[in-house]
Amino acid sequence: MSKKILLQYDHIPGINTFEVYRQNNGYKSVEKALKTMKPEEIVEQVKVSGLRGRGGAGFPTGMKWSFLAKPEGVPRYLVCNADESEPGTFKDRYLMERIPHLLIEGMITSSFALGANTSYIYVRGEYYYIIKILQKAIKEAYAAGFLGKNILGTGYNLDLFVQPGGGAYICGEETALIESLEGKRGNPRIKPPFPAIAGLWGCPTVVNNVETIAAVVPIVNDGGETYAAIGIGKSTGTKLISASGHINKPGVYEIELGVPVEEFIYSDEYCGGIRNGKKLKAVVAGGSSVPILPTELILKTANGEPRLMSYESLSDGGFATGTMMGSGGFIAMDEDTSVVKNLFTFARFYHHESCGQCSPCREGTGWMEKILKKFIDGKATLADIDLLWDIQSKIEGKTICPLGEAAAWPVAAAIRHFRPEFEAYVNNPQSIHDVKHYFRLNGLVEA
Amino acid sequence: MTETKPQIQFSLEALQQVHEILLQYPADKSKSALLPILHLAQAEFGGWLSAETMDYVASILKIQPIEVYEVASFYSMYNLKPVGKYLIEVCQTSSCWMCGSEDIVRYLEKKLQVETGQPTQDGMFQIKTVECLGSCGTAPMFQIGDKYYENLTFEKIDTILDELRAENKYSRYV
Repeated sequence: MSKKILLQYDHIPGINTFEVYRQNNGYKSVEKALKTMKPEEIVEQVKVSGLRGRGGAGFPTGMKWSFLAKPEGVPRYLVCNADESEPGTFKDRYLMERIPHLLIEGMITSSFALGANTSYIYVRGEYYYIIKILQKAIKEAYAAGFLGKNILGTGYNLDLFVQPGGGAYICGEETALIESLEGKRGNPRIKPPFPAIAGLWGCPTVVNNVETIAAVVPIVNDGGETYAAIGIGKSTGTKLISASGHINKPGVYEIELGVPVEEFIYSDEYCGGIRNGKKLKAVVAGGSSVPILPTELILKTANGEPRLMSYESLSDGGFATGTMMGSGGFIAMDEDTSVVKNLFTFARFYHHESCGQCSPCREGTGWMEKILKKFIDGKATLADIDLLWDIQSKIEGKTICPLGEAAAWPVAAAIRHFRPEFEAYVNNPQSIHDVKHYFRLNGLVEA
Repeated sequence: MTETKPQIQFSLEALQQVHEILLQYPADKSKSALLPILHLAQAEFGGWLSAETMDYVASILKIQPIEVYEVASFYSMYNLKPVGKYLIEVCQTSSCWMCGSEDIVRYLEKKLQVETGQPTQDGMFQIKTVECLGSCGTAPMFQIGDKYYENLTFEKIDTILDELRAENKYSRYV
């Protein structure tokens, strides 16, 4: 069943304005936190809630917060990661565009919890219109006394700024984001030290995804236990899922964690099934980085249990038969889709986005793109399949940041589950042209 | 070291924006303003960043020109060569590909009689293929300036191009 916590007021006209947002319980968490709670109590509530980072890694947020160093006389920073760039993911954009004040409220409450007096929202540059929306909302929050000096007369000061990126997927990696915010190339840093010790300008810093920070609002309002009661097992709360591809109803859905994948795909409450009455072929469940699964493995685990939209269930079976929750970028492909060609678009993406620091990633992503191009052009050999496998295995685990894995995993999974399709393109190059892609636009095929 | 003073100058309005951007960081961390100021400079000076423009930005932030070049060349949104007035950035990744992005590119190329990456003869348009813009649920799409054009059809594209041609000014997002 859909459970709306973040998008509870999404349908209300004018919810993007301060006035309407405030009328609908907006900024209550700021009042509660600043007036009745100690910062460490908020951190404790976030721990109790079981909230996990919603950007993709799924690291427990409360624990991340508790690592923050607090040396005397050194400023601490909260930076919101709104560099949403994982192919298949558009939930943060949705949230910021429609309910910008929810993010701002979460930033104020979270900044107070962490003892930050200056915070930043780093937004990917392509979302420039979102930046304008956020800036307007921030101005409204300042005018209403929720930002600036002596907020609500509590003596707490906070300045909040929006920083544009320049167009680089890698800046979604938190240390690359910090480098970028310092006005540099987005090269990830070697860790340790982690940002909690030495982050922005060498100061202790927490970097959290948009959805994570938004989730702090209901956690503070209703308590960590109430949040933890939602969801299933260690997958507590709700998750925004970006659904795209060959489904009847693409869009952003807030789900209670634990919804069966089958229900998510076929129920009219969510994706509404596969377009044009086609069959489902495969799903990339958590953004481009996570392993692709064929229909039988995305609907059911290898043990025959129904697969659920939760961190544990999606990863059940490891990479042999499972995948990951990732960012919640859910891409469904119908029976006519070429998995190899889709993989090529991913490989091209990672090659383009590799920062170039580490040789395995810089060189390997380019090689994988080139080899996959050979398959599409009908020039590949069977040995190229093994070569691809070899390259991806030599990127994984050998780079400073996880972009290496993100580029390697989709290649490995496509070969693992769809090897016959690779072989077919070698044995019968013509067959790549026989894959009829369904286009939403009539007449596109012969254009 | 010889220093040549850049001949270009931000408008008063842009200078005011620069001033506001600089207030966002601690006084000794003004290099953080580099990305936003490069966006501003690109919008001010014809949609791309010439060496002269980058040197000018370096002089404002009191950093070495190389610090600007290395950043400008790293991020995909900064154009280091002149581009058409309207840069049509077509997303080509996964969901957009599945929903017809290749046909969008072919249609644009045919309609504008130009190859991807080249400006049209009148300098009005230029097609660029880009990676995921976070519009997967509304694919296929392209971005022009700060505007997302989503759920594209050939008819929609015709209308968009006609409107832009009539408007005839640089696509800018700052």
